[in-house]
Amino acid sequence: MGLIITPAQAATTTTTSTEASHAKGGFPPFQTDTFASQLVSFAIAFVLLYWIVSKLALPRVGGIIAARQGAIDGDLAEAQRLKNESDAALKAYETELATARANAQAIGSEIRDKLTKQADLERKQLEDRLAAKLADADKSIATTRAAAMGNVRSIATEAAAAIVHRLSGVTADVQAVKSAIDTTLKA
Amino acid sequence: MASDPTHQFEIHKLFSLGHIGGQEIAFTNSSAYMLAAVGVVSLLMLGGSAGKQLIPSRFQSLAELSYEFIADTVRSNAGEQGMKFFPLVFTLFMFIITANMIGIIPYTFTVTSHLIVTLSLALIVFITMIVYGFYKNGLKFFRLFVPSGIPIYILPLIVFIEVLSFFSRPISHSVRLFANILAGHITLKVFAGLVTMVGAMGFVGWIGAIIPLGLTVALTALEVLVAFLQAYVFAILTCIYLNDAIHPGH
Repeated sequence: MGLIITPAQAATTTTTSTEASHAKGGFPPFQTDTFASQLVSFAIAFVLLYWIVSKLALPRVGGIIAARQGAIDGDLAEAQRLKNESDAALKAYETELATARANAQAIGSEIRDKLTKQADLERKQLEDRLAAKLADADKSIATTRAAAMGNVRSIATEAAAAIVHRLSGVTADVQAVKSAIDTTLKA
Repeated sequence: MASDPTHQFEIHKLFSLGHIGGQEIAFTNSSAYMLAAVGVVSLLMLGGSAGKQLIPSRFQSLAELSYEFIADTVRSNAGEQGMKFFPLVFTLFMFIITANMIGIIPYTFTVTSHLIVTLSLALIVFITMIVYGFYKNGLKFFRLFVPSGIPIYILPLIVFIEVLSFFSRPISHSVRLFANILAGHITLKVFAGLVTMVGAMGFVGWIGAIIPLGLTVALTALEVLVAFLQAYVFAILTCIYLNDAIHPGH
């Protein structure tokens, strides 16, 4: 770049040589007699700036940023903690609800079982009683029937003897008639 | 003649500081602007961080933004290990951008328009890279010149190119900044000079001077971009070079 500039500069130095007399000619960035002064002041300025930046400015700004990050992280952690707490509370509530529901179901089924058992028991008792009554009734029917059947036989024997007597005039043998009646009834 | 485009780069002695080996060491306009840059950066960083507010003020935001911008640049280009060079990169970046920005103000002197200054800046990086590279890696630092996975028959050529590119680093590093700032300021000065030259030609000249005036305004905006960009490029290259010192294997 300097090479491109030099012709223009060379043209202007001729017109401004009186003003630039102290500069000893040449393109200012290439005037070697200014180098030592610039190097010394640059060294001082740079070391000073480096010291200020590294010892004072950056630790302070970094501290501010770190403190803010810490505050944000702390707040986020606090929010997370509160969220976990509410989640735990919700879970506890749900567990409690489930337990209560299960309890209610258990109580309900227990009562249902008890009632069913009681009903079964009562029905059985009733059935037993009814069966006993039925048996009694059967027995009395059988007795009555047997009695009736006995009566039927004696009536039949007498009637048969009378019929035989009337028809043949012979007094029928009672024993024969009885056996004949029994055979007939059995048939 | 104020229209001499190189006049703005001249060094004036303000007062003498003494002699070193027969060479006069003077406090110059350049020295004053260097200290001004130091003052502005210190004011920004120390003044901005004075409040230590959790919710930053605009001033504090500026200081924090500078901090985080360079911290991110260092971290992404040189890794977490590169953060030990964060103060160095920060100092370089802030010094360059402040010197560049001050230089855009009319009638000021631009410290970074002098090759000796930009070369010093580049040499700080170059020497830090070499010293740290050998301190950290010992002789393995030479692996920087030997990329892995290169066939043996072209290796000498590659090593030669790598060595050449290594030693041209401080030159390109410094000349890039110097040339950009120098060229920008000369262009600005030429166009601004055209405004007065054309404007001196009476009424028609006033109309004609509008074009170079507009260009000067546009170029000033461009120079603001260049001032930032060159400081940023310098900082990024610094990070890349230091990364080579930390991890010399390609």
